[in-house]
Amino acid sequence: MHYDTVIIGAGMSGLSAGVRLAYYEKNVCILERHTTIGGLNSFYRLRKRNYDVGLHAVTNYAEPGSKAGPLSKLLRQLRMKWEDFDLRPQLHSSIAFPDCTLRFTNDFALLVEQVAMAFPKQIDGFRRLVRTIAEHDALNLDKRQSTSARQVLSEHISDPLLIDMLFCPLMFYGSATPRDMDFSQFVIMFKSIFHEGFGRPFDGIRLILKKLVRHFKALGGHLKLRTGVSEIVQRNGKAKAVVLDDGTEITADNVLSSAGAAETMRMVDPSRPMVRPKAGDISFVESISVLDCEPASLGHHDTIVFYNDADSFHYERPNEPVDLRSGIICSPNNFDYSRPLEDGRMRITALAEPDYWIDLPEEEYQHRKMEWNDRIIKSALKHIPDFRSHVIDTDVFSPRTIRRFTGHLNGCVYGAPEKFVNGQTPVGNLYLCGTDQGFLGIVGAMLSGITIANRYLLK
Amino acid sequence: MKQVFRAVETMSARGFLMTGVEIRQAVLEILERIAPDEDLSGLDDAVAFREQMELDSMDFLDIVMELRKGYRVQIPEEDYHNLNTMQSTVEYLTPKMKDVPVAG
Repeated sequence: MHYDTVIIGAGMSGLSAGVRLAYYEKNVCILERHTTIGGLNSFYRLRKRNYDVGLHAVTNYAEPGSKAGPLSKLLRQLRMKWEDFDLRPQLHSSIAFPDCTLRFTNDFALLVEQVAMAFPKQIDGFRRLVRTIAEHDALNLDKRQSTSARQVLSEHISDPLLIDMLFCPLMFYGSATPRDMDFSQFVIMFKSIFHEGFGRPFDGIRLILKKLVRHFKALGGHLKLRTGVSEIVQRNGKAKAVVLDDGTEITADNVLSSAGAAETMRMVDPSRPMVRPKAGDISFVESISVLDCEPASLGHHDTIVFYNDADSFHYERPNEPVDLRSGIICSPNNFDYSRPLEDGRMRITALAEPDYWIDLPEEEYQHRKMEWNDRIIKSALKHIPDFRSHVIDTDVFSPRTIRRFTGHLNGCVYGAPEKFVNGQTPVGNLYLCGTDQGFLGIVGAMLSGITIANRYLLK
Repeated sequence: MKQVFRAVETMSARGFLMTGVEIRQAVLEILERIAPDEDLSGLDDAVAFREQMELDSMDFLDIVMELRKGYRVQIPEEDYHNLNTMQSTVEYLTPKMKDVPVAG
């Protein structure tokens, strides 16, 4: 079997790259080790209910028919329609810190107003920061230099509380690095969350994934599930083929991997230890509660609450199993839908220590998950009504779950701290897309696959 | 399949080749596919696409790729500037597409 391009991983980035290649009549095959598509943004069914993994909200929201912005660019590139994604906007969200709350919606003006009200002395600096962000070309893959976002923010804003509050949602939704972000990543996240905002399809992430797969297959692309790649064969410094878990070899002119930089280099050379890119270690535990009512009926209307109860915000691998000081509360019901979802949901996500969760013996793992689930909910109750008497089902995911289903070392969610923005690897004809290439979020992941496919694989 | 092929052959043998009007129509259809949210009815052929539509470098690559896919026309990178306006695009493509049989 020979292909123009073999893609490793059927997540958002791999599928989008596949659509581009298949559309232009390339002979392309996507290989996925897991039994289903999605990768870091997937879905499953448990006890007769649908669950999303990863997705709280699609960032980069735009009104259907918008001509500019990442979402419109993405749909154009995929030759898909606004209806295919069926995005409905969020209601409103908030950043809740001790004694200070900033609210925001998909209308950026509200955030500016909120900052002006809560931080009157900082508003001029905040406006200057917004101008700096607007002028920064974060998508230039060739002239990227690493600048500390904290450094840039401190040039405009002097109140550490406001700096922490701005970082909180952006880090939670996309920082692979602890404590600070590269300014380009900060700009991408700032625009995607504050300028553009949140949306969600009524049917969750499965809708977008299924549309992508159907489109890919209709264009003639091949998708093989339960097909893991154990090795990438190279000759004279160029990728030539992949070896599957069952020993089969598939040759290809190009290999595009969404498995992660460290994970991919391990496939290039499974036996010999070598200098590999470092895998990230930012991971999360998420408590998912199914309720017998809508969160709104309990008085909770926010779409997403980013909270922090400590004196300052700590975004880093915690020392204990879960960092209970901060988290994200997402209510998928609280989007602008015309009819209610099947059931009520509260998802609470907090930073977790990967090794603790990955090393636990199986019998203790189940028990600890439930113990920490209760503690996470309890710590979030400062910010939401007590919904515990309405819980009819519970599920929890941890770094162990993420590693098991995505193969990402440490169960890391946002990839390696060092990004490979131009998608190149030390091996010729072997390219990276997905989280380690560096465009984040759902729309970002899809644009990542598209960008790398356009750049190297359509020639 | 064979029959269709013969029909196409006959057409081009009789000289049913793409004219400027047909090339313009072909480019217009490509633009509609790439940018379905744009209203192209008032497109001014003498003014740059970029000034009338939201098109970036990704979209220009797509015009080139669509021409290759649909009409087997190869456009080298140094010629991309010819795709600036509809007028310059049609002028540039006319000698290249005169051998393309009209589909249908």
